[in-house]
Amino acid sequence: MKYKGRYGQFGGFYVPEVLNGVLEELEEGFYRYYKDEGFVAELESLYKDYAGRETPLYFAKRFSEYVGFKVYLKREDLLHGGAHKVNNALGQGLLAKYMGKTKIIAETGAGQHGLATAMIGALFGMETKIFMGVIDIERQNVNVHKMRLCGAQVIGVQGGTGTLKDAINDAMRYWTSHAEDTFYLFGTAAGPHPYPTIVRHFQTCIGTEARKQCLDKLGKLPDMVVACVGGGSNAIGIFSGFIDDKDVKLVGVEAGGKSVASGKHAATLVAGKVGILHGSKAYLLQDEDGQVYDTESISAGLDYPSVGPEHCLLKDLKRAEYVAAEDEEVLDAFEILIQKEGIIPALESSHALAYLISLKDKLTPETIVVMNLSGRGDKDVSIVEKYRPVK
Amino acid sequence: MKTYKEVFCETDKATLIPFFVIGDPDMETSFEIVKTAIDAGADILELGIPFSDPIADGPTIQKADIRSLRNGMSMAKAIEFIKRVKEYKDIPIGLLMYYNLMYQYGIEKFCKDFHQAGVNSVLVADLNVDDAEEIQGPAKAAGLDTVFMVTPNCSDERIAKITEKISGFVYTVSLLGVTGGREKLSDKVRPLVAKLKTMTDVPICVGFGISKGQHAADVVKAGADGVIVGSALIKLIEANLENKEKMLSEISEFITEMKEAIAGV
Ligand SMILES: Cc1ncc(COP(=O)(O)O)c(C=O)c1O
Repeated sequence: MKYKGRYGQFGGFYVPEVLNGVLEELEEGFYRYYKDEGFVAELESLYKDYAGRETPLYFAKRFSEYVGFKVYLKREDLLHGGAHKVNNALGQGLLAKYMGKTKIIAETGAGQHGLATAMIGALFGMETKIFMGVIDIERQNVNVHKMRLCGAQVIGVQGGTGTLKDAINDAMRYWTSHAEDTFYLFGTAAGPHPYPTIVRHFQTCIGTEARKQCLDKLGKLPDMVVACVGGGSNAIGIFSGFIDDKDVKLVGVEAGGKSVASGKHAATLVAGKVGILHGSKAYLLQDEDGQVYDTESISAGLDYPSVGPEHCLLKDLKRAEYVAAEDEEVLDAFEILIQKEGIIPALESSHALAYLISLKDKLTPETIVVMNLSGRGDKDVSIVEKYRPVK
Repeated sequence: MKTYKEVFCETDKATLIPFFVIGDPDMETSFEIVKTAIDAGADILELGIPFSDPIADGPTIQKADIRSLRNGMSMAKAIEFIKRVKEYKDIPIGLLMYYNLMYQYGIEKFCKDFHQAGVNSVLVADLNVDDAEEIQGPAKAAGLDTVFMVTPNCSDERIAKITEKISGFVYTVSLLGVTGGREKLSDKVRPLVAKLKTMTDVPICVGFGISKGQHAADVVKAGADGVIVGSALIKLIEANLENKEKMLSEISEFITEMKEAIAGV
């Protein structure tokens, strides 16, 4: 490997030897093409015409009146496929093509990354396999159906709890024996080097656009940037535009599940301890011995016991703050955004909304907050219906 | 404490190294299984500490890990277990584990405690030779050998880098993939063993997918000094969870068969 892939003490590539050469090839491919003129032009064109970039920065007027400060939503929910995941899937899918791979695999939790990958598999004519926990298949079945319509094979993973972490385990295992023709399209800014760097790179468009939109539209930078954190890709995407602007406060919102105190949650940065999972040193939810905990969250996309290494560093450096939102608050937030704006947010993104609602009337009215609305909630309507039947 | 060197020198035949997950399916049965394997002629033991997320392992060992953890395995119990095995017989023990368990235990303390319990070497499945220095100092200080894997997709340069850091034996992975029984021996293993022979003097043991006497005989013919058999044995545990006697006798027979296959080379 050419680089260490470290963010402070975090990150690295803690993988079985058989994957070392495979990741090395990926690293080599990424650094060969990511600045390549042809590659960049092709990706830009796909971002614009296929995915629908740039996405608007929308002033949510009625929601702002409700919370008592100015909220601008970065509308990643408007992208093709319904979430920011397509940014990364297009980037890595194109990289796979440039590297001469003919098949792609991916893990998925909420199914958003699986769907984005399945779309790109269809777009590039590549055979696609999606690993997904059996529990997630059940709770996100609309996305499963869409993936299958795209021609992808969805492989149910039992593992420990049948959620995202088990899907990653099986995708990695599969990759060890199929790397010759298969590209592993990893869905979040976590996992072994070079994935955190690659995924961050393909998500920086969110932050770059948002920063420019703030300056163009408001003539200044926001006071605060907020995003939900599962593995951390949408958050690092938008944070990346503002990390060097020291006066912009960065807040990541994790899944508080039932509550952090109850232990039934997925708030890794809030409650985890440094450990090693999926090839990366990062905060990790684990027991005394180091066995990884089963996490719990209403949102499949945040149901992950580890987190991207750069977020770990931002936490330790106190450059970003990480908090948790509980399921009940998230459901409230989901409903409030719909009622105030007619926008259905993904349950993942609703975590960030819940944090904003927790600040209701606590900030001055001039405060400007940019929130990454990472995805739309069509996939979640039936889940919410179960918890909160419409009367 | 018996060393690898002694075992590899004592016999002109290749060694048989069964692999079990400590505490699978439960502590007591696990101990019976290991005793049976020793009595049937195991030369060295490879023992796994179960982990919640074993990414280098196929379904058979994953299930063994889950059985063991559900039945209350812990790091403290693993030490106890190893001590009991060593009381039964002074046989060299190699540990196979995932990094997070060692990291949480504390690397120095881990090396000290487990060496004291009777462990000869440790192989951390998800610790690359590139990060070997994270454990090598403490391991050396405690007297633990550090084993690393060599896989069929390693370049010569990479093999040289790995073998330089290895003490004890080379864990040669026979195939590109995870652990688990296979019908056929990988066609990658013979050339790899042959190449390793020219590159290092450390004993070469082969594992992953070795499921039959013929597989064992073939890798020994290719020049291997030891054969590691895991999933094929653990399958016998899984198949006989309701019948302990049958489980033990099948394990004993299988090990005897493997020994004979190796001796026949
Ligand atoms: C809409 C949406 N937002 C956020 C996430 C969480 O992932 P990340 O933290 O990588 O952005 C997901 C994951 O599935 C998602 O679908």
